[in-house]
Amino acid sequence: MGFFFTIVALIVLLGFTWRYLGSYMEAVFDGRVHWLGWLERPIYRALHTSPEQEQTWKRYAGAMIVFSAVSLVFTYVILRIQGSLPLNPQHMGGVGSALSFNTASSFVTNTNWQNYGGETTMSYFSQIGALTVQQFVTPAVGIAVAIVVVRGFSRRNSPTIGNFWVDITRCMLYVLLPIAFLFGIIFVAQGAVETLAGTVSIRDALNGVTQTIPRGPIGFMESIKQLGTNGGGFLDTNSATTFENPTGLTNFLSIYLLLSIPFALTYTFGKMVGSVRHGVALLSVMVLLFGVWVGFTSYAEHQNNPAVAAAGIHSTVGNTEGKEVRFGDTSTALFGVSSTMTSTGSADASYDSFTPMGGFGLLTGMMLGEVTPGGTGSGLYTLLIYAVIAVFIGGLMIGRTPEYLGKKIQAREVKLAGLGALVMPIAVLIFTGIAVSIAAGKAGPLNGGPHGFSEILYALTSQGNNNGSAFGGLTGNTPFYNIIGAIDMLIGRFGIMIPVLALGGALAEKNVVPESLGTFRTDNGMFVGLTIGVILIIGGLTFFPAISLGPIVEQLSHGRFF
Amino acid sequence: MLVHLRRSLVMAVFCLIFFGFIYAFAGTGVSQLFFKSQADGSITANGSTLIGQNWTSPKFFHGRPDDFGPYAANPKNNVAGGDNPLVANGVSGESAATNLGPRSKVLLANTKKLVKYWHSMGVNPTPDLVTTSGSGYDPDISPQDAYVQIPMVSKATGLSPKLLRALIKSHSRSAQWGFLGSSYIDVLQLNEALAKLS
Repeated sequence: MGFFFTIVALIVLLGFTWRYLGSYMEAVFDGRVHWLGWLERPIYRALHTSPEQEQTWKRYAGAMIVFSAVSLVFTYVILRIQGSLPLNPQHMGGVGSALSFNTASSFVTNTNWQNYGGETTMSYFSQIGALTVQQFVTPAVGIAVAIVVVRGFSRRNSPTIGNFWVDITRCMLYVLLPIAFLFGIIFVAQGAVETLAGTVSIRDALNGVTQTIPRGPIGFMESIKQLGTNGGGFLDTNSATTFENPTGLTNFLSIYLLLSIPFALTYTFGKMVGSVRHGVALLSVMVLLFGVWVGFTSYAEHQNNPAVAAAGIHSTVGNTEGKEVRFGDTSTALFGVSSTMTSTGSADASYDSFTPMGGFGLLTGMMLGEVTPGGTGSGLYTLLIYAVIAVFIGGLMIGRTPEYLGKKIQAREVKLAGLGALVMPIAVLIFTGIAVSIAAGKAGPLNGGPHGFSEILYALTSQGNNNGSAFGGLTGNTPFYNIIGAIDMLIGRFGIMIPVLALGGALAEKNVVPESLGTFRTDNGMFVGLTIGVILIIGGLTFFPAISLGPIVEQLSHGRFF
Repeated sequence: MLVHLRRSLVMAVFCLIFFGFIYAFAGTGVSQLFFKSQADGSITANGSTLIGQNWTSPKFFHGRPDDFGPYAANPKNNVAGGDNPLVANGVSGESAATNLGPRSKVLLANTKKLVKYWHSMGVNPTPDLVTTSGSGYDPDISPQDAYVQIPMVSKATGLSPKLLRALIKSHSRSAQWGFLGSSYIDVLQLNEALAKLS
């Protein structure tokens, strides 16, 4: 019953957020929001740019790539030299080169894959200056790219598609900063830690236990971690720890933050293209798939853990292995699906210990390409790729030149969309193939049998989709996994972003074709169904063979243990 | 290209200062000013109420088996008992769940060992008491997990089961706002109250 009310509360809260955050973001990117103008204007002066100075898609992409490269170098250097930097009460040494490269790639691509335990590896300087900074920057870059595609549809005969610097500045200042700060306060009030005072040692006189407890500036990293669909926490076990996620309320708010921007962007889209109905259609695609996955995974986690049941303990409270008592089974499953389907990757439990079908829910949630609702920005732009493909297929069926929002979808657009849709599956499957073929890859998994394969597949799927969640048993901090993972993340981010920006540029140059009786409708149930079909068919055809070797075999091997 | 590079450098430095340090320091300032106890880690006389401990004496209610039985701290690592958040599963420098899969032979064997341990203490264990948590230091158990430990605690302390049941009931917290998460008991606070009784 509690879970039912949790879902109802989430739907109500997200409904309001969709409507009002969505229209607020439209105003932000249209340049009608100025309440931090005193901070915004000096930034443009320092950059020698202004909102009037628009860029072509090529210049926009160039700025995005150079800025990401500079961010990568900044992050890498800070991690390497943290031993000589201040704010290091635990006296952590510099991070090794392969791990620094993996971590820098991870945070610059909004993945937040972590091959390290934060409390035993990173100084406060690194957590704040290298990692939290990227948790603001990368969602802003993702949202900016999504806005470019939307401008592609809303503008006519336009050679330019906006100004990269203005878009990310506005996004960080007006959207991410106020929400993250507000929720940071709530998280700390609930019990999340926020101090620069270092670890504390304490002795319990009752049982003679002495503990050294790691602390740090955790609460405010937590809010931007969830809001920006980043997922990289301060502590190793992420949102499962009480210091990051102390109560049932913070768990609920984490889920809410994860979903708020990705869903709300569909309203922003609808408003920008002048048809909220089109935004509702995209929202329906996201919500329908998300709802099915939540139901399925929650049901799976409410079952017994096979190994625990075989030891003679039968549960009425679901699979408790790797879960925290204060959250319970179904809320943990809801968190897991929200985190994997938004390309966030934060975890309030050990995903590795989910039941076979619960793990299947998380893994396939990523394999659908992170569009349900997907990451901040990346969810919307990837879904628009699928929408273009759906329109193309619909056009083929009725034998007309396909159009979406009055823009003709021609060979160039379909090629770019196809490229954007195929980059991720190709990278994931090839890298998984390499990892299971060589000794350095096979040394990774903790678990045996099909679950060991799932750990490898999960890691490369998660990194290729810029998710960052893990089947944590995999030993990822090896040169092999650090480097292959970093390449996987960079391809998964920029290999999609560049075709998407090109698509936005190509669409903006076009004029609008007037609607006629024969126009294929793109704001009704038929289109929603067709888009869902495209997502499921692309995901299913590419990943079914791999999935069947992992969670499906595991589910079917009754009574066998590995 | 050079324009991009110059702008990128300026932007990266601005973000480092503003979204890194000013954001984190302002957040820490507000937290320390208004929520000092929480921001410092909810530390009380006998430890943090948010960090689980290793209770081995039958005179106390036990938490989840994050650091005993098959997951006991390794004496080689010089770990003096107890759930140390910087040490998990006997390995220093880690704080983690077991990450054992649902069809893991190791998980099966470990669960059997834990069931046997509880039976030897006179307790019929619940699922929480034979499985480890996600963080590796879950401070809570469910009310049901506490009720099943009454025979053990009653025998060791001489307190009547009725009194213990009342104690558990008064320390049980329902799901937040009635529906968020699950009902739970903070083991440290429960045991502090228990110590006052005996």
